[in-house]
Amino acid sequence: MEKTAVFKGKFLPYLLLVPQLVITLVFFYWPASQAVWQSFLREDAFGLNSEFIGLENYQALLAQPEYYKSMVTTLVFSSLVAALSLSIALLFATQADKNLKAAPTFKVMMIWPYAVAPAVAGVLWLFIFHPSLGTMARPLRLMGFNWNPMLNGNHAMALVVMAAVWKQIAYNFLFFLAGLQAIPRSVLEAGAIDGAGPYRRFWTITFPLLSPTTFFLLVVNVVYVFFDTFGIIDAVTGGGPAGATTTMVYKVYADGRLGGDLGGSAAQSVILMVIVIALTAIQFRYVERKVQY
Amino acid sequence: MIRPQFALATLFASTLALASPAHAVTEIQWWHAMTGGNNDIVNKLAADFNASQSDYKVIPTFKGSYPDTMNAGIAAFRAGTAPHILQVFEVGTATMMSAKGAVKPVYQLMKDAGEPFDPNNYLPAITGYYSTSKGEMLSFPFNSSSMVMWVNLDALKKANIAEIPRTWPEVFEGAKKLKAAGYATCGFSNAWATWANIEQFSAWHNVPIGTKANGLDGFDTELKFNSPLHVKHLQTLIELQKDKTYDYSGRANASESRFGSGECPLFMTSSGYYATAKGTAKFAFTSVPMPYYPDVTGAPQNSIIGGASLWVMGGKKPDDYKGIAKFFSFLSDTDRQAKLHQESGYLPITKAAYEKTKTDGFYDKNPILQTPLKELTNKEPTENSRGLRFGNMVQLRDIWSEEIESALGGQQTAQQALDTAVSRGNAMLRTFEKTVR
Repeated sequence: MEKTAVFKGKFLPYLLLVPQLVITLVFFYWPASQAVWQSFLREDAFGLNSEFIGLENYQALLAQPEYYKSMVTTLVFSSLVAALSLSIALLFATQADKNLKAAPTFKVMMIWPYAVAPAVAGVLWLFIFHPSLGTMARPLRLMGFNWNPMLNGNHAMALVVMAAVWKQIAYNFLFFLAGLQAIPRSVLEAGAIDGAGPYRRFWTITFPLLSPTTFFLLVVNVVYVFFDTFGIIDAVTGGGPAGATTTMVYKVYADGRLGGDLGGSAAQSVILMVIVIALTAIQFRYVERKVQY
Repeated sequence: MIRPQFALATLFASTLALASPAHAVTEIQWWHAMTGGNNDIVNKLAADFNASQSDYKVIPTFKGSYPDTMNAGIAAFRAGTAPHILQVFEVGTATMMSAKGAVKPVYQLMKDAGEPFDPNNYLPAITGYYSTSKGEMLSFPFNSSSMVMWVNLDALKKANIAEIPRTWPEVFEGAKKLKAAGYATCGFSNAWATWANIEQFSAWHNVPIGTKANGLDGFDTELKFNSPLHVKHLQTLIELQKDKTYDYSGRANASESRFGSGECPLFMTSSGYYATAKGTAKFAFTSVPMPYYPDVTGAPQNSIIGGASLWVMGGKKPDDYKGIAKFFSFLSDTDRQAKLHQESGYLPITKAAYEKTKTDGFYDKNPILQTPLKELTNKEPTENSRGLRFGNMVQLRDIWSEEIESALGGQQTAQQALDTAVSRGNAMLRTFEKTVR
């Protein structure tokens, strides 16, 4: 007696897959292949002259010291944002998970910033820390600290990191909180009975059990810092001063959209795509091993 | 923002159009980047034109910032849905004029449409920017401005400065006094970092920004703004930045408010800042021509313009072009130009409109509006001051700003900064030259 149901037709399963496949092809593979093709061309902005030049765009790109600088900037920016937004969100989530009277209010307040568009978040932070208008910049200067994100690259970097972290904390908080609430109380109580303090309980029980969430957030955050922080950088620093906050994705925009260098910009997109694919693959291959589902 | 009157006018116009179905109205799409008061002016111009005749209807659409509008136009062209008229800022000029087939030159448009048109009626300091070396007008100047120095007169009084500084040494001296008199965070400053310190600075001192008449005579131009004069000026700014006698204000004009708020008493920016200054400054102020180094022979020369012009896109129907030509004639009308100039603060584009405003005695009451015109017409333009035309100009400006910023931040000397700005810029120009070949 057969207990599994077998579909005879080969047609139906494929038919059911079609919508998803079409969406993936049209919205992911097609644009991606266009970018690859464009990166081999030299074209003016209007698309009137187009010439196949092979790898020349890549050669020109890799000969630019600014391109390597943007790689380093991206590395610094993304590690700062990912590390800070994950750890601060985790801290807040563990606090909000406690039995507090106002916990629901805290939770709502914490989630709010996520609804703010990146560009708006950028403008908010710019107004707080603008060297001549900012409400926070004035006290800083009065204390004798020469705050000047217009000329000092480190100050500008600090500013965009703060804005990007502030916005991402809400998202991470939400997932951490859900993750924390899914941890069985009995395990924690058993630990408490065995005499483990809150600190020890967190690191030996909560943190490992939270690892699927942490891993998921790590992947999402890396993608976030690579692509979605663009609006913040554009609004706050425009990539300056002196390219100190020009990340790779901002450079794609600056060269392609502002500069009209579509080929060079496409070449950068392709490299960026390869890097993100590689990063995600590494995360799944190595970091995931440590995750306990 | 659509004002009620305008909405009513459009409604009225469309009702009229519906009432007489036999009469087909040709629509002309106009994409622009004007905000605030200037947006109202654009809408009013279109409404007035539509009311003045019944064959054509100009439909203005706001498309965002200057780069946004230009990119929207380019993207629309690639998709085959370009507007008829596209407003493009002056730094986009090289990109537009190299796009043969995508645009229809204005002189040709006027000829084909049989519309009376004499390029000599227009102010050469303005149209020269948008014309070929043979004097053929490629795009129609719409809003033009130049760079002037805005002066807080109350602050000068407070610092006991009797005369408004006219030369750079006087500005430096004045800024030090102003700083001592309480303007501690900013003695003088400027918006538009490269427009002020490279482009206008070069034209005003009759030194080249690049070869081939700053690119006007060919795309095989090479940058030249790392001359001793440029280096000396930037090096002085670096020194003065240290104690904030000079304080950097960014690449664009977002920091213009530093003048209006009273923080920076001497501030160089566009003459188009007039309306905002009038609205925000709570002190007596005026505008004067840009400072110059008196030891440079021939300085001051003449300034160059900024702002935007209207480009006519290619591939439209002959009847559409007729309507556009009529609209441009409408815009060139002397009374209309004079009024536009006096209301918006932008420069008049025809000689007649300038003369009319002069003879009406308007400048006696509003000398601020004449400052940019005095600068532009100060001397007969030379190879170095006719204008500039570099491909990828938006990105070039970013590169130059980056180097200036890192010099002002103390990471390199003025010589290093300008040398790198020139060599990086030249690499960019060669790429552009290849794409338009």
